[in-house]
Amino acid sequence: MSEELKVPTMAQYMAEGKEPEVLFWVGCAGSFDDRAKKITKAFVKILNKIGVDFAVLGTEESCTGDPAKRAGNEFLFQMQAMTNIEVLNSYDVKKIVTACPHCFNTIKNEYPSLGGEYKVVHHTQFLKGLMDEGRLKIEGGKFKGKRITYHDPCYLGRANGEYEAPRDLLRKLDVELVEMKSCKQKGLCCGAGGAQMFKDAEKGDKEVNVLRTEQAIETKPDAIAAGCPFCNTMMTDGVKGKNKEDDIEVLDVVEMIANAEDL
Amino acid sequence: MQFIPQILFLLALAFGLIFFARNVKRLRRNINLGRDLDRSDHKSERMSKMMRVALGQSKMVTKPIAGALHVIVYVGFVIINIEVLEIIIDGLFGTHRIFAFLGPVYDFLIGSFEILALLVAVSVILFWIRRNVIKIRRFVLSEMKGWPKNDANYILYIELVLMALFLTMNAADLHLQTVGAAGYAHEAGLAGAFPVSQFISPLFDGMSVGSVIAIERAAWWIHILGILFFLNYLYYSKHLHILLAFPNVYFSNLKPQGEFKNLQAVTDEVKMMMDPDADPFAEPAEEEEDDEMPAKFGASDVQDLSWFQLLSSYTCTECGRCTAECPANQTGKLLSPRKIMMDTRDRLEDVGEKLNKNKDYKPEEDDKQLLDDYITREELWACTTCNACVEACPVGIDPLSIIMDMRQYLVMEESAAPAELNNAMTNIENNAAPWPYNQQDRLNWSKEA
Repeated sequence: MSEELKVPTMAQYMAEGKEPEVLFWVGCAGSFDDRAKKITKAFVKILNKIGVDFAVLGTEESCTGDPAKRAGNEFLFQMQAMTNIEVLNSYDVKKIVTACPHCFNTIKNEYPSLGGEYKVVHHTQFLKGLMDEGRLKIEGGKFKGKRITYHDPCYLGRANGEYEAPRDLLRKLDVELVEMKSCKQKGLCCGAGGAQMFKDAEKGDKEVNVLRTEQAIETKPDAIAAGCPFCNTMMTDGVKGKNKEDDIEVLDVVEMIANAEDL
Repeated sequence: MQFIPQILFLLALAFGLIFFARNVKRLRRNINLGRDLDRSDHKSERMSKMMRVALGQSKMVTKPIAGALHVIVYVGFVIINIEVLEIIIDGLFGTHRIFAFLGPVYDFLIGSFEILALLVAVSVILFWIRRNVIKIRRFVLSEMKGWPKNDANYILYIELVLMALFLTMNAADLHLQTVGAAGYAHEAGLAGAFPVSQFISPLFDGMSVGSVIAIERAAWWIHILGILFFLNYLYYSKHLHILLAFPNVYFSNLKPQGEFKNLQAVTDEVKMMMDPDADPFAEPAEEEEDDEMPAKFGASDVQDLSWFQLLSSYTCTECGRCTAECPANQTGKLLSPRKIMMDTRDRLEDVGEKLNKNKDYKPEEDDKQLLDDYITREELWACTTCNACVEACPVGIDPLSIIMDMRQYLVMEESAAPAELNNAMTNIENNAAPWPYNQQDRLNWSKEA
C-alpha cells in the first residue's frame, strides 16, 4: 500500500499527444463503493507493476446506463450511453477493459448500435491475455492449495459466454478449484442484477444472495472468488449473514492475483 | 355397402384436417397481432440452430433422465407416424398392409415401430409418475393447477392409449394372419414382424375369427380417430410444441443473451436532443413521426409484444425448466418465467376468442390487458435479468424479453417504478452514478491509501 498508484487520465494522455494501449473503465461501483474500490486498486497495481499503458476517463466517466435500462428506463439509458459514447469517441478509444461485467456487457453489446464500437474485455479476459503473452506471471503464492469456488457473474457468463478466463487465472494460482452445484451456464444469480442492487427484493422466503452463498458454503471453500463488484457485495453479505466471514473470504479474481504477488 | 368404411374414413380424415386448418389459421392470425420484428437474417445459422436444438434435442438432454425419456417419445412419435401413412392408405382404399410388398424391409419397419411403441409407453408411464407420484417441484407449482395439470396428464393418457391400440391392432392382425382369415392373410406369408404384439396375440386364441376381426377393426378405427383427435387437441393444449418448437428455435435470438434491444424511437429522440445544430423550435416532421414513433413504449398487452414473443407463448410446453432455474422463483418470489409465457398465451387466446366473435374488436380498447389482469407488477419487479430462464429453455423461448418490455411500459408510460429505483435513476440523471456521489469525486479512489 505504500507505493502510490499511477492512474493517468485520458485528458492527460491527450494533452501529451499520446494514446494508451487500453482504457480502463472503472464503473460506478469501482469508483465509489468501498469494497469495490479495493478491486479497482488491485487491478491498477497489477497494471502498474507490469507496465501496462492504460488511462481512465476519471471525472468524465459516467454510469453506462445498465441499471436504468434493466429497470425499464430506455430513455435514461440512451442518454447515458450517448453521453459516454461522445466522450469515448472524442478520445478515439479503441479498446476498453473493465472489472464490472455490467459495464462490460452494456458497452460491448448495447453501445455499438448507438455509435460506440470498441473492443471490450472483462478484466479477467484482459489478464488472461497478458498471461498468455507472458507479460503477467502468476505463481501460487498465498492461495496455493486453498479451496476456492468461483461464482459466475450472469453478465459475464450466460450473457456473454465467458466461463473460462477467470477459472484459468485461478488455476494458475495453484488453487483447488471446486465448483458449486449451479455453475457456468446454470450458475445461480447473486440477486443483484437487473437493477435489484438498488431496491429491496420482493417478498419471498429467502434472499437470492443467501441461497447462492449456501451453495458456495456447501463446497467448503477457503475463499469465494467473484468477478463482479455487485456479486462481491452480495456474496460478502451472504457470508456475513452466516457468520462465516472469519473463515471464508470473498475476493475478486484480480485481488487474489494481487495478493499472491504481494502487491 | 363395402365402401361404407372407406367413405366414413374419408369423411373423418377430411373433417380432422379441415378443423386443423381452421385452427392453424387462427393461430397465425393471433401471432400476427404482434409487433414487427425482423428475424429474416442469418438463415444458415438459424437453420443449423434449428437442426441442433429442435431436431437434435440438444438442450433437452441437459437433464439426462427427462431428456432421454423425451428423446424416446419424440423419436417414437416421428417414426411411428410413417406407419400412420400406411394406415391412411389402407383406410382410403380398403387394402390390408399396402406396404407389405417391401418384404424384409417391411418386417423390419413394423418390428421397429412395435419396439418403439413399447418404449414410448414405458416413457409415458415414467413421465406420469414424475408428475403425479414423485411430484417434481416444477410440475406442481401454483401455475400448474387446474387445466395445465390436467392437460399434461391428458396428453400422457392419449399417448398411452394410442400405443396400446397400435399394439392391440397388430396383435389381432397377427392372429388373423396366422389363422388365415380372409382379407388378412397374404400369399407371400406373414406380413410384418411383431416382436412385441406376439406376446399379446395368444390372448385371442380360442376366440372366433369374427370377434378378433371386430377387435382389430375397433383398435384400427379408434387409433386413427385418436390421432386425428390429437392433431386437433394440439391447438387447445400446451402440446403445440411438437409443431412450433421448430419455427420457434429457427426465429430465436442469435445475439448474446446480455444484449437487450435498443429502442429506435428513443435513439432518434435522444440524438435530436444531443445534436447542437438541432432547432428546438422546429416543426416536427409530421409524417415521419407518425411512422416511426410507436404508439407507446414497452408492452402492457399482447399486441405490444413482437410476433416472435407471441409465437413463443404458443410454443411453450410448460416444462418449467425456466422456472426451476429462476433465482426469484427458487427463493419463493411470485415470479415464474413459465407463468409469464402461459399468461401471455392465455391473454392472446382471450383476444383471439373476442376476435372470433367480433371482427372489429380492438384489444387496446378492452378493459382487460396482460399487465395487472394476468401478470402482476410484483412478478415483473422480482426479475434479476440473469438469463437463467432463457438459457434453460429447450426451444429458444425468451421470457425475459417480455418482462423487460413490460418494465419498460411501467417506467416509460406510467412512471411506476419502485421508489428506490426512482432514487437510483434520479441519481444517475443528476450525478451520473446510481448513488448520490458527485461525478467530480469519481477519481478520488486513486488518491486514497
